[in-house]
Amino acid sequence: MADPLLRIEGLVKRFGGIVATDQVSLDIAPGELHAIIGPNGAGKTTLIGQLTGEIRPDSGRIRFRGTDITRRPTHRRSLQGLARSFQITSIFLDLTVAENVALAVQAHAGHSFRFWRRVASDRTLQEPARAALRQVGLDARADARAANLSHGERRQLEIAMALATQPTMLLLDEPMAGMGPEESARMVETLRALKGRLTILLVEHDMDAVFALADRITVLVYGRAIATGDPDTIRANQEVRRAYLGDQGTEAADG
Amino acid sequence: MMRPASLSSPSNLAAALILVLLALLPLFAELLASPFLVTLFTRMLIYAIAATSLNLILGYGGMVSFGHAMYIGIGGYVVGIMASHGVHAGWLQWPLAIAISALFALVIGALCLRTRGVYFIMITLAFAQMVYFMGVGLEEYGGDDGLTIYNRSSFGSLLNLSDKRVFYYVCLVLLVGALYLVHRLVQSRFGMVLRGSRSNDRRMQAIGFPTYRYRLTGFVIAGMICGLSGALMANHNEFVSPAMMHWVQSGDLIVMVVLGGMGTATGPLFGALAFLLVEYLLSRITEYWQIIFGPLLILVVLFARGGIGSLFDMLEGRRRG
Repeated sequence: MADPLLRIEGLVKRFGGIVATDQVSLDIAPGELHAIIGPNGAGKTTLIGQLTGEIRPDSGRIRFRGTDITRRPTHRRSLQGLARSFQITSIFLDLTVAENVALAVQAHAGHSFRFWRRVASDRTLQEPARAALRQVGLDARADARAANLSHGERRQLEIAMALATQPTMLLLDEPMAGMGPEESARMVETLRALKGRLTILLVEHDMDAVFALADRITVLVYGRAIATGDPDTIRANQEVRRAYLGDQGTEAADG
Repeated sequence: MMRPASLSSPSNLAAALILVLLALLPLFAELLASPFLVTLFTRMLIYAIAATSLNLILGYGGMVSFGHAMYIGIGGYVVGIMASHGVHAGWLQWPLAIAISALFALVIGALCLRTRGVYFIMITLAFAQMVYFMGVGLEEYGGDDGLTIYNRSSFGSLLNLSDKRVFYYVCLVLLVGALYLVHRLVQSRFGMVLRGSRSNDRRMQAIGFPTYRYRLTGFVIAGMICGLSGALMANHNEFVSPAMMHWVQSGDLIVMVVLGGMGTATGPLFGALAFLLVEYLLSRITEYWQIIFGPLLILVVLFARGGIGSLFDMLEGRRRG
């Protein structure tokens, strides 16, 4: 494998007596779509939190593009090209779709002590914003208020906002959570179109989506990575079947 | 409700019509032989400027400052104190009123903006009360009794502010300027940060905006505009007193902004005019005008969430719908 874009080495995070991340090591190659699956409480969100910098690991190392980012604050990671979408949708409901994305572009376009020129006629903000909206198929809704979007459209807006900052790597925390089958299918198409153009780490409950999209899959159980491999390998892995795929029925209720 | 409405929206047309009528008001006053009208409406214009400044931080920035009248007092006292020392030049008085207001806003904002929600409301109120009692403590400038101003700000032979009509037009021009300034500000990059931070401050920080410094800048700009309205108020009343910055005054400003439509370009104009007009008319009927005013306010809040401005737009929508 080529030099990994993201390398996780021996990552450990404890919350009291619970080991949420237990010696996780993982390499993700440039351009790879890597999925992380696992039952509830497997520590998927904790792992993502450590990658974005919101949770500080107890030990271990995270390297991004060759440099150690284990102790870097969130906004610096974001500026280096590590973008995330949130599990709980947190867009700007009072603003339009286009304004939401333009704001994400603006965050990476130097300081904002510019008091006079209208943002709406500022092409350095509007063009990347429109491009990101096109990528997720939301350009027709550019002038709608974000509050009027459906749940699925809001998740797509989330991804457009992450894309607008032109990241090298995208961290997606359950982008299909709470979606109906139709919306899920549209999201799969969006992700398929992005695949290969940038590196994606996808945490997702929707097994069909994961197996359809991922180059490689890591299975997390009680904080430990019990298996990593391509979809066929994971499907065939006995330990994975026992630990996870066998009781998928109990997972269905989770969002 | 935060969308900058298109120029031809009913609320903007209504605002334009009101501004034209306001420009003609001194003529009406002369025709009706009631010069008192000019005085009444000058007061409205000055309050509208103060409300416009509050709208920037309250309506667009989500900062519920419960001490905004403080800057009316600060701007007013700067003019009053300078006048009492024989400095009447408006070129000195007004910029200094704005600068001192900015200084107060910078220090107070730097502390208050570290808090959120109810705490922000309470701490801005606390600071405003502190400044209020500072005014009461200014014994050599009249203390509680206030300070009479014997000469209005002088602009040489350019403007004679003692002429009530000249002063009226100065206030009108400054109001239009303040409305336009805020209208442009909220559409700029700076304004987008303010509005984004009102909508979801946590997310703003997550995508890389250090929002504190932008909110503080907005707080200072609002203080400066309001300080100018204070300088006008001092000239209008030819008198300053701590009562100008009593917390009830700050509450009135909030009511004007909410009444007119928070976070709308023309809301403060509607709000200030409606508030003061209703207050004037009701207080002619009864001393206890608040008994009628209170329920009226509740009706507006219940049935026109976006304030008076949205009422115009709703009527239009119904006609089309």
